[in-house]
Amino acid sequence: MNLVTPDSGLLFWMVLIFAIVLGILWKFGFPMITGMVEKRTAHIDDSLRLAREAEERMNSLAQEQKKLIEKTQQQQSQMLKEAAVSRDAIIAQAREEARHQADLMIEKARVEIAAEKESAMRDVRRDVAELSVQIAEKILRDRLAPEQKQAEYLDKLIGEIKEETK
Amino acid sequence: MKLKALILSLVLCLLPLGIKAQEVAEDKVNVPEIIFGHIGDSYEWHITDIGQTKVAIHLPVILHSSKTGWHMFSSARLEEAEYEGFHIDPESGKIVDADGDRPFDISITKNVLSLMISAVLMLVVFLLTARWYRKHDALNEAPTGIAAYMEPLVMLVHGIAKDSIGEDYRRYSPYLCMAFFFILFNNFLGIIPFFPGGANVTGNIAITLVLALCTFLAVNLFGNKHYYKEIFMPDVPGFLKPIMPVIEVFSAIMKPVSLTIRLFANMMAGHILILSMVCIIFIMAKYGGVLFGSMSVVSVLFGVFCDMLECLVAFIQAYVFTMLSAIYIGLSRPKAEHE
Repeated sequence: MNLVTPDSGLLFWMVLIFAIVLGILWKFGFPMITGMVEKRTAHIDDSLRLAREAEERMNSLAQEQKKLIEKTQQQQSQMLKEAAVSRDAIIAQAREEARHQADLMIEKARVEIAAEKESAMRDVRRDVAELSVQIAEKILRDRLAPEQKQAEYLDKLIGEIKEETK
Repeated sequence: MKLKALILSLVLCLLPLGIKAQEVAEDKVNVPEIIFGHIGDSYEWHITDIGQTKVAIHLPVILHSSKTGWHMFSSARLEEAEYEGFHIDPESGKIVDADGDRPFDISITKNVLSLMISAVLMLVVFLLTARWYRKHDALNEAPTGIAAYMEPLVMLVHGIAKDSIGEDYRRYSPYLCMAFFFILFNNFLGIIPFFPGGANVTGNIAITLVLALCTFLAVNLFGNKHYYKEIFMPDVPGFLKPIMPVIEVFSAIMKPVSLTIRLFANMMAGHILILSMVCIIFIMAKYGGVLFGSMSVVSVLFGVFCDMLECLVAFIQAYVFTMLSAIYIGLSRPKAEHE
């Protein structure tokens, strides 16, 4: 048994069988399998990368949202503050105006009251004057009842007027 | 459960005691003949004996003699007498003609049939696997069935190619896959002790020689110019210039030789080891009694151990052959000089 001498028949068959199987599997076997698996590996890598990117984007979106909410809250509180300020201002202004109006009205009323008082005084004075004229008329009539006296009085009056004109 | 197993193994150990004891004790056990008969090639595939009847597959003998031309007949005809002027030389176990000359012999021997079986097995397995990828959308589906089994192994070899060869590893990956699975399938078939397996294919130097030559061709036919420059005009001091090509050429030739011997010797040694373990039982038969019983237990235990070891070696040798081939191929495609 010569174990280390290669047998020619076995060499022949080995070359033939090996070549045939290698040829068939080279064409239809191994590249098909490795190609698909490599494609799948690439696909998986791609998908993982996309998923990571999506996660990152989502995280940034959430952060943005948080920021936006914070900003809105800030704005809200600011607006509330501003509203309070303007409300106070409006109230103050309204109060001021009301006082001003009231002052005006009081002034007007005072003036009117003064005018009324004046006219009332005038009426009273006229009435008093009329009354005193009437009273004087009555007294004169009473005094000048005799004719002599009338003439005397006339003279006196004329004398007075003369003196006055001089 | 443990007790049952113990009893079963004891009974199994005692089994040869009854059956083979007298039979074997009568004639001396010729261990080398048994072992070399198993690991060598033969013109028939002896499967088993049932009683006195031999169950064997008689394989076709195909010969071309320079004197008488082509011959083709069943090896059954050569069992006892000579046929068409040929007989089996008892010394070498090969067919010779009447003058003792070897004809050109391309008979389908046991190893050739085993090669064919493994070739068909490989074709079926890998074409089915490839079919799965053709039929399914591999991008969106995990492999199932046979593809799920073969994909990791194929990608293992593909990974070896990728790591060792570099850029254009895709060109070599199918060859490396082929070498790996060819060795793996034949190794495992060789470990199976009954019919479809049991032939010592990868432990035959003709097989490993062809495999190593394929690697040699892949290395040297597709080596780039830097590879050849390093062999014939290496960048070494002047006095080394005449010596280096000799050393480099020698190393290029030794690479396939080492591949050949490594695989061949490893697989043959494994077969011899297991067969020896089994033979111990029959050698010990004539001593009878305690020695026979105890040695049977020991040899069965060691036989199991060797079988498991062989399963490991079957994979490791396929892996080593593939990895070394990939490394040699990678070395034949160096990048431009580091200048």
